[in-house]
Amino acid sequence: MIQVKNLIKTFGTKVAVDDVSFSVEKGEVLGFLGPNGAGKSTTMRMVTGYFQPTSGSVQLCGIDMLEEPELAKQRLGYLPENAPLYSDMTVASFLGFCAELRGIRGAARTQAIDRVLDLCFLDSVRNQSVDTLSKGYRHRTCFAQSIIHDPEVLILDEPTDGLDPNQKHEVRSMIKRMGQNKAIIFSTHILEEVEAACSRAIIIDRGKVVADGTPESLKKLVPGASSLDEVFRSITKSETAHKKAA
Amino acid sequence: MSNRDLQNTLAVFKREFLAYFNSPVFYVIVVIFLLAANGFTFFFSRILDFDDVSLATRFFVWHPWIYTVLAPAVGMRLWSEEHRLGTIELLMTMPVSPWQAICGKFLAAAGVWFIALALTIPIVFTMSYLGDPDSGPIISGYVASYLYAMACLALTSAVSAFTRSQVVCFIISVSFCLFIALIGDPSLTQTVVSAVPVGMESVVRFINYFSFMDHFFEMTKGIFVLRDVLYFVSVIVVALLVTDVGLRSKRA
Repeated sequence: MIQVKNLIKTFGTKVAVDDVSFSVEKGEVLGFLGPNGAGKSTTMRMVTGYFQPTSGSVQLCGIDMLEEPELAKQRLGYLPENAPLYSDMTVASFLGFCAELRGIRGAARTQAIDRVLDLCFLDSVRNQSVDTLSKGYRHRTCFAQSIIHDPEVLILDEPTDGLDPNQKHEVRSMIKRMGQNKAIIFSTHILEEVEAACSRAIIIDRGKVVADGTPESLKKLVPGASSLDEVFRSITKSETAHKKAA
Repeated sequence: MSNRDLQNTLAVFKREFLAYFNSPVFYVIVVIFLLAANGFTFFFSRILDFDDVSLATRFFVWHPWIYTVLAPAVGMRLWSEEHRLGTIELLMTMPVSPWQAICGKFLAAAGVWFIALALTIPIVFTMSYLGDPDSGPIISGYVASYLYAMACLALTSAVSAFTRSQVVCFIISVSFCLFIALIGDPSLTQTVVSAVPVGMESVVRFINYFSFMDHFFEMTKGIFVLRDVLYFVSVIVVALLVTDVGLRSKRA
């Protein structure tokens, strides 16, 4: 469903994403791991068509993002980092606006709004202004926006960031549930999340994919490692070591 | 334009238009505009002291200067706010083309200005009560005034695509609008022409040629020429194209 080939992104002389390729099939939940500044968000922004790649290609459901951006974006739901929202709208009117841009109108629109308000536990704040929401509600409102059209491809940039433990658990199980008939990519810093929700994980470091496999197989990469945490540190610590040497 | 294009543009327009009504900015600007437009006409131009009910030289003549400040105040939020909130990332990953979004937002600001300008209509009634003004110059004057405002708004839209700060956008846009108004000022042009060495005069005249003012005054006099309308429309189209370039550069 998601085909990423030889993706490269440079900002000036800095190479942010260096030849990244991977694919995600329907029914897969891919965890995107890596230290801060490794290129996770940049990669996701290219997959969603927000950034223009320097080179390489992105295909969603067989539709090329660079050639037919509008068509490809119809198949896509996206939760950007920090969950941006229009601060002058209410939760319901914001979701209504997103539904309209997705081509959902009339009675279907009302139904779609009700469905995601229910799914994301937002019913109690439906007519509240986005400005007055707490971080958890803001996050869930933006998450609701990403699933309002029941997309085949879902890309979530740190979906559990800023949530309390209960909400984290809820979002994780929601991702797992939806992963059964969608292709999902989500990035996170919390490694237990990967074990809880992902069927596969990619570790990305300094713009390159350094590991790709099931959480189980990743553990076997580093002999003697008992948790993903240790694996992550030993694979990506080279960067800090590298910096110290330099 | 396909149906889908229209629906997307309309959705963006609706959101943006309502956003104006949900913020105090709109009401403040409309009130200031009405105070300025009528205040200048009655107190500076002393329209009631003259035996002349045409609006061109005492009412419309002030508009370019008012728009220089107020149009950027209306337009500065268009894209700067999207950049600042990060919602640009949402909007640009929706199945909406940049053009649909640019047009939708511009039309929303244009709609706001339509309301503001429409609220000055009472002055037409006043003049009709006092005398018998020619309706032709009034209509073409309003069209000219509106087009001038649209050109300033489109310019502001272009500037706002490049910055996430509304203040920066406002200051730069006002400077642009002021420059464009000043280079068309006949007395200023005359002063500059007499100050510069002979031979430079053609350069001054050339710069003067780019001003909105000539086109604006031709129209307020009631000389409704397609050329002047096309001038404003092309300025608007170019500014919106630059908006597109600005949005692209931010995403590159």
